Amino acid sequence: MTAAIARRANAAPIYLDYQATTPADPRVVEAMLPYFTEKFGNPHSLTHAYGREAAAAVEIARAELAGLIGAEPREIVFTSGATESNNMALKGAAHFHRQFGKDHLVTLATEHKCVLESAHALEREGFRVTILGVGRDGLVDLDQLAAALEPQTAIISVMAAHNEIGVIQPLREIGALCRAREILFHTDAAQAVGKIPFDVNDIGADLASISGHKIYGPKGIGALYLRRRPRARIAPLIDGGGQERAMRSGTLPVPLVVGLGKAAAIAQAEMAGESQRLLALRARFLSGLKSRLPDIVLNGHAERRLPGNLNLSFPGVTAVDVIAACPALALSTGSACTAAEVEPSYVLRALGLGEALAAASLRIGIGRFTTATEIDFAVEAIAAAVRRLRAGGGVGVTSAAAGTT
Amino acid sequence: MATRLSYLDWNAGALVRPEAAAAVAAALAHGGNPSSVHRAGREAKRRLEDARQAVAALAGVRAEDVVFTSGGTEANALALGAFPGRRLIVSAIEHDSVLANAPDAARIPVTPAGVVDLAALEALLAGGDGRPALVSLMLANNETGAIQPVAEAARLAHARGALFHCDAIQAAGKQALDRDRLGCDLMTLSAHKLGGPPGIGALILRAGLDPAPLLRGGGQERGRRAGTENLPGICGFGTAARAAASGIESFRAISGLRDAAERRLLAIAPDAAVHAAATPRLPNTLCISMPGVPAATQIMALDLAGVMVSAGSACSSGKVRRSHVLDAMAASERDAESAIRISLGWRTTEAEIDHLVEAWGTLYARTRASAA
Repeated sequence: MTAAIARRANAAPIYLDYQATTPADPRVVEAMLPYFTEKFGNPHSLTHAYGREAAAAVEIARAELAGLIGAEPREIVFTSGATESNNMALKGAAHFHRQFGKDHLVTLATEHKCVLESAHALEREGFRVTILGVGRDGLVDLDQLAAALEPQTAIISVMAAHNEIGVIQPLREIGALCRAREILFHTDAAQAVGKIPFDVNDIGADLASISGHKIYGPKGIGALYLRRRPRARIAPLIDGGGQERAMRSGTLPVPLVVGLGKAAAIAQAEMAGESQRLLALRARFLSGLKSRLPDIVLNGHAERRLPGNLNLSFPGVTAVDVIAACPALALSTGSACTAAEVEPSYVLRALGLGEALAAASLRIGIGRFTTATEIDFAVEAIAAAVRRLRAGGGVGVTSAAAGTT
Repeated sequence: MATRLSYLDWNAGALVRPEAAAAVAAALAHGGNPSSVHRAGREAKRRLEDARQAVAALAGVRAEDVVFTSGGTEANALALGAFPGRRLIVSAIEHDSVLANAPDAARIPVTPAGVVDLAALEALLAGGDGRPALVSLMLANNETGAIQPVAEAARLAHARGALFHCDAIQAAGKQALDRDRLGCDLMTLSAHKLGGPPGIGALILRAGLDPAPLLRGGGQERGRRAGTENLPGICGFGTAARAAASGIESFRAISGLRDAAERRLLAIAPDAAVHAAATPRLPNTLCISMPGVPAATQIMALDLAGVMVSAGSACSSGKVRRSHVLDAMAASERDAESAIRISLGWRTTEAEIDHLVEAWGTLYARTRASAA
């Protein structure tokens, strides 16, 4: 162990935060770089060669991304990322459907902040918002969801796979509920797309948010899937030059679009094998930790979760202390968005965890470049840190454990 | 097929500066989410703040005044929606990203010279329904290059309790920017118009303003713009901003090439009209009409010859449509339908101007011969 740490003294930290962001795949970077320099045309300048070359690259990328989710290329609207897509889906649906007397939205307490904040902003505009709780396993109760739907409900937004606890919601069932009632079904699929099979027609999604940097593509680019049949109608969030069929104005950032397309193509080609590899690595991580720290608790459903995600509570310590004690690992407590704000995760609280146990939880995200050697090293480092912190005092074991009840 | 290619559409998109492309590539290789607390995240955060400093310096503001966005269009949408209680007043020659995000705004007319009518602004400010206003006026027009009296307009706005937004996208990097001297409360910048990568821009905000965010979520950019930061884009923007700031003096020399192009085109076609010619313009922009020849025809002929220019702005469908800017300047039907935009950049050469003059001259001779 000491030797292992010594060997890593000057190495980059082992990256275990793949739900916060993924490194751009070198193949993606390679595809993007020419579009920053020699192929720099504005894709909306169709009157000359540079512009047409850029426009052609955009359409290839659009088809690659559409192919990954079973959509038609023209159903893809490029945005600046999943935050924008989520804002656009909720606000756009609410604003468009208000004219038909639909003034109600349904979402979950565990959604990403950008969904919840959008919903709250709409509430201040006079919309009604129902925020449903989830079970201890992080999954929505379908009966409860069905009961929350009203004739005035414009849209339901449920995350496909969770960014903190990795759980995969019963999407097909939610899609069926929505379709029967002519309610739009939006899913924040930033973590699901490219990681697990995700087909908009199979699921019955009307709107789906996609992020480039969660699938080994670049930051600053994402997309909103917008169903054409039956047509999902929403108001645009950003107006202007009328790009993206007037759904999202602004010069398309061609290198980023190309990168997202390439990332989608790679994910589609490699998903099946990669998810098996990650499942094995995840099992190795979990069993390694459990054998050293038998009292750890896995948050979120054990099977219905992303292959690359673990969320673990370590009774008796705080996650921030564990992170500080493991400088050779890049770990996080949960969503990266709220930054240094290390309040216990609202997601874990929604699962019913007490404050102490929520504060004792780490999100461990593994991905494309994670190796078994890294897993073994991380298991040792975390176990040693937790033991050391427990021995040195820290948060009382009994009071923290009480939080689990 | 032309082998010789001359790119003269820099106002649509500038070539990414080599140092900016290198900064983007380096950041792509690094990775890291600036909002993460671990080491990779902290290093990303450091590079983010360094770039913020560089963009702030270009606009003469403090780093904390800079809010990064996905580009100029988003920044304009954010600015115009930031104060829902205010009535909007925008000039008639604004970019579509201002006009479309302020569909109900009062429009300030412009003179035939392409400059906003300050007396009309004063009247609009004095009128209205009693609500305070937000005025939006661009620093330099993207189609004609005409520089607008922003400082004067801002003074008028402030005297009436209005806030003032300036879309400085086309001017940034082409002339010195000083937010405080201009008197702007909000200012929009776009990286890809000044040699940075596409997909990144900024809204500059005066301290003390509390804008309603357009994108809500994780609280990035001090809650003013949510979403994981596009760090490679931001690094490229910062590097381009530094290069642009230090290159403003030499950029002025581009007016020599532009003026030569203008002189030579007018020598070929004495009946051609240069728009906003009597107005101080950006040193790189030339908007000229070849009377009687539709803009689309000119652009296609030039494109076949390997010369890339545009008619007005590059947005939407790529279709050549009539310019709302020239309409607002009360250009004649004939001039408005035959106007093209030629815009130069730091890499433009004399040979490219020769190429333009040659191709334009050939077309002119052909149309005049067929008309005769």
